[in-house]
Amino acid sequence: MFVSSLKRVAPQLLILAIMIGINVIVFPGFLSIEFQNGRLFGNLVDVLNRGAPTALLAIGMTLVIATRGIDLSVGAVIAIAGAVAAKVVVDGHGWHLALLAALSAGIICGIWNGILVAFLRIQPIVATLVLMVAGRGIAQLITEGTILTFLDPGLIQLGAGTIAGIPTPILIWLGLGIVVTAIVRRTALGMLIEAIGINERSSRLAGINSGVLLVLVYLVSGFCAAMAGVIVAADIKGADANNAGLWLELDAILAVVIGGNSLLGGRFSIVASLLGALIIQSVNTVILLSGMPPEFNLVIKALIIIAILVIQSPRVKHMLYLLRASSEPLNREKPATSIEEGRA
Amino acid sequence: MTSNSVEPVLRATGISKFFPGAIALDEVDINLHPGEVHALLGENGAGKSTLIKCLTGVYRRDGGSIFLAGEEINPRDTLHSQSLGIGTVYQEVNLLANLTVAENLFLGRQPTRFGLIDHKRMRRETDEILLGYGLEIDSSQLLSTYSVAVQQVVAIARAVELSGKVLILDEPTASLDRDEVNLLFAVIRELKARGLAIVFITHFLDQVFEISDRATIMRNGRVIETCRIADVTQTDVITMMLGRQLEAVTRERVHGTAGDVLVEFKGYGKRTVIEPFDLEIREGEVVGLAGLLGSGRTETSNLAFGAMAADQGEVRLRGEQVRIGNPREAIALKFALCPEDRKTDGIVGDLSVRENIILALQARSGWLRTLKRAQVQQLAEHYVRALDIRLASLDMPIRLLSGGNQQKVLLARWLATEPDFLILDEPTRGIDVGAHAEIISLIEELRKRGMALLVASSEMEELVAYSTRVVVLRERKQIGELHGAEITADNIVRAIAAEEEAA
Amino acid sequence: MIRSTNLPLFITLMTFVLAYALCASQYPAMLSGRVAANLLTDNAFLGITAVGMTFVILSGGIDLSVGSVIAFTGVFLAVVLRDTGIHPVTAFALVLLITIAFGAAMGSIIHYLEMPPFIVTLAGMFLARGAAYVLSTDSVPITHEFYDVLQGLYWKMPGGGRFRLIGAVMLLTFIVAMIVAHRTRFGKNVYALGGGAGTAQLMGVPMARTTIGIYAVSGGLAGLAGIVFSLYTSAGYSLATVGVELDAIAAVVIGGTLLTGGSGTIAGTFFGILIMGLIQTYIVFDGTLSSWWTKIVIGALLFAFIVLQKGLGWATTARTIPATRFAERS
Repeated sequence: MFVSSLKRVAPQLLILAIMIGINVIVFPGFLSIEFQNGRLFGNLVDVLNRGAPTALLAIGMTLVIATRGIDLSVGAVIAIAGAVAAKVVVDGHGWHLALLAALSAGIICGIWNGILVAFLRIQPIVATLVLMVAGRGIAQLITEGTILTFLDPGLIQLGAGTIAGIPTPILIWLGLGIVVTAIVRRTALGMLIEAIGINERSSRLAGINSGVLLVLVYLVSGFCAAMAGVIVAADIKGADANNAGLWLELDAILAVVIGGNSLLGGRFSIVASLLGALIIQSVNTVILLSGMPPEFNLVIKALIIIAILVIQSPRVKHMLYLLRASSEPLNREKPATSIEEGRA
Repeated sequence: MTSNSVEPVLRATGISKFFPGAIALDEVDINLHPGEVHALLGENGAGKSTLIKCLTGVYRRDGGSIFLAGEEINPRDTLHSQSLGIGTVYQEVNLLANLTVAENLFLGRQPTRFGLIDHKRMRRETDEILLGYGLEIDSSQLLSTYSVAVQQVVAIARAVELSGKVLILDEPTASLDRDEVNLLFAVIRELKARGLAIVFITHFLDQVFEISDRATIMRNGRVIETCRIADVTQTDVITMMLGRQLEAVTRERVHGTAGDVLVEFKGYGKRTVIEPFDLEIREGEVVGLAGLLGSGRTETSNLAFGAMAADQGEVRLRGEQVRIGNPREAIALKFALCPEDRKTDGIVGDLSVRENIILALQARSGWLRTLKRAQVQQLAEHYVRALDIRLASLDMPIRLLSGGNQQKVLLARWLATEPDFLILDEPTRGIDVGAHAEIISLIEELRKRGMALLVASSEMEELVAYSTRVVVLRERKQIGELHGAEITADNIVRAIAAEEEAA
Repeated sequence: MIRSTNLPLFITLMTFVLAYALCASQYPAMLSGRVAANLLTDNAFLGITAVGMTFVILSGGIDLSVGSVIAFTGVFLAVVLRDTGIHPVTAFALVLLITIAFGAAMGSIIHYLEMPPFIVTLAGMFLARGAAYVLSTDSVPITHEFYDVLQGLYWKMPGGGRFRLIGAVMLLTFIVAMIVAHRTRFGKNVYALGGGAGTAQLMGVPMARTTIGIYAVSGGLAGLAGIVFSLYTSAGYSLATVGVELDAIAAVVIGGTLLTGGSGTIAGTFFGILIMGLIQTYIVFDGTLSSWWTKIVIGALLFAFIVLQKGLGWATTARTIPATRFAERS
């Protein structure tokens, strides 16, 4: 069980190790971690901390993509959740209520997306586009167009504080990652989600309630995005409806894809997606630390994506397979294929 | 009208095609004559569509030659064969519903003026062409605004315009009603008069006898017979299609007393899919569903399981009225269905064998009540042993198994739910001889244990082997029922073919 | 009777007319030529982008890179005109060449590597934006006498509005695009692709040429939009036009084009752009309403049109004309 899980994430671990290696080369002090003023400091800690929003989004996005869907609205949900949290504390309520309100807002957004996809049968990319467009407007409506700043220490603690010396965002994404992974893997939920993504027809004929499960995965995605939104807002002590979470939906999708999860749904690994999020963050760090102008960040990121995608594309995979097959001895046994597969 | 003295326009000899582990076509010969409708007959898997795909270049054939108008041809793909003169029209109209009728007819070769498409001329020419088929419609409307029959004629018109020598019609009438079929036949007669060679593939024998001049009957990748339609009867054709090589084997009479009525369908049906039927299935009874492809076997199975919702009639389970609106409701009532198309409706390809086995049971108990790992393992191992499923590991994806083993895994999936009423649609399709026999004896064993079974099959011998009763379907209607000693392959064939008596 | 093809276009048109009437009844000044002229000028770059997007969406694809390509074009022009002695016209040609090649490259990857357009153009979005950053992270002003000449070209409309060159470029783009979409084989192939790639291939549509052509058109039009945008702002800024791809997609959908491809019109997109411009103008006129209402209203319209299309889809599958109108055989 453990060995097979390790094998699944081996490529991601390898890429991450390479990225950290490059980081060490350009900045030898990269791996050093210090404990000062009751807080851990170090570049490695920064990677884990800065990567928190993408990592959180990647958790929900992994589940959505496993069902053959996609959630474009998470960036906008970040803005909404941040705005809601800020609004609640500015109005004089405690941070508990703010967190609760923000998460509820995320869940409502998720349910909206889920209903469009599961019951109105609108393509996921189209369905979530609606909220992607309107979401920032809603967030601005809540903040009334300003950057809504706040000073509530409890809320700030969620984004900029520490618990036992460890930055809170790290604990949040690790915790949520572990909880969601445990739920989907310890129960049959993960398998049922995969079944829907692989073959929805067969799944429905086997009695799986695909409608409810679809709503559930978009709900989780909305929840994760709301959590990320609270962290992003707490980090800058304010809700910026225009820029909070901008383009993060794309980073999240990328993290899932780098995590080796197919955009066509099916088998998924949340751990691999989280590693994907860390890979993206360490790419950002290496560009920063190398003293390369930050403007190269996007170009390099784009080239890495293209490289990873090309390797993953069905055409190239097939060519690689043929290459390997032709270099092997000819008398190898053919893989078992049924007659139907040959005829289809 | 038909004359064999005329040189055939298309001559194919020794066409062979192999798939991994199977021979799909074995040295098939076929000759098509101009001005003749040639029916291609056979049950599913007989090799009809493989032959067509070899002729039109969709598949690369492994042996044999094709001559068109005396010259040897090697079509690379559909487009190439079309340009050579062989046009094909499929049951699912291969046209674009989002374009207008005229655009569909002229896509890729639109008349232009000053480099721009001349819509007026295109419409005028379309109207002229369609009028030649007796069709008078507004060709500037979207294709999707017209019925399938009209779309079918437009597809034929396009194929004829582009090809003009051979026209292959693959199940063109499958989704048409009687009036529409008549209109389509008028078009076919017109084309015949123009001298086209037409291949007509269908499962409706009445239609074959109505429109065809000759027929080639295939079974198991071989040509059984090519004959003039005027020289044979429907019974002859069905016998040739189904084959009865096992006839000598005497049947062990299935006795055993059937128990109480378990499920009862009354006036159950769905418009345009299957006519309302009455059907009751007792505990410890196997009811066979016989009929040719397209007769409503699969539709009956799907309706009984809620895979398709009925729009009339009622169901009673042990005398109490129940509702089966979707598979989940059926599963909750301890119904189960092994579907005909394993690949699209049955297996979840990338999931492991173990997961495929427990899928329905897990879905029924809900994800909150997850089956214990030990229980899952025990269930999976039990069924692998009981059904003799051959596999390297329970962790391997089910799509890597052979057809027979996939079928057994699906049976295991449903047996794990301990159903009271098990529906099997073509349980032995596409599986090897060994697994075939095992599944038949399994059905018998399940019956003995008191389960109620409904089994749809195209294999007469098989139905004879396990059925306590056989319900015969024809053209989406139940037309008869055979009991006890009446159940023989001969009688079933006769019942299916029974033209006048049944009507 | 309105044909089912034109029904979404008709609804878009009615939406626009109604909205304009509503606006005008509240603020009669909105009927002025000035407002009309500004509507065309202010939305020129978005309109041109949306034309390219219409082709992409009609074919069943999507192009997320257009906003970044516009920004890249602007920065490229600004930097080239600042650092070299190249004449703007040459620079225009150069940048169009680059953006067309960029689009064609994305189209090639989509076709030959069989990758989803969404992901490929997402990578393209990063790449183009990154290239813009690399050229310059600051806003670079464009000062060239030829730019002044182009910006000075306008036609004085009755009522005091100035119908500027870039508005005319947009109108011209729309007219050419309408001809291409409805009167050329390429245009019909685009519709065919959107109707079903498999069927289109069976019917002989050249897949590679069409797919690559579609994304090249979208890239090239984004480049043209970038030129127009640089004329509009007299500067190139790598952070400009973030999210324009979303506005373009919204305009296309509000214009009655099916997001899943195969059905829609260029003219619809034109009215989609006008509706979006109108919302903004109304908010400016109102003065008390805040700008975020634009996004919310556009989101709501988007939703309404998606649901409407879905409903129309169901309605047309439910109702077909049977084959009873066969003529008698003579």
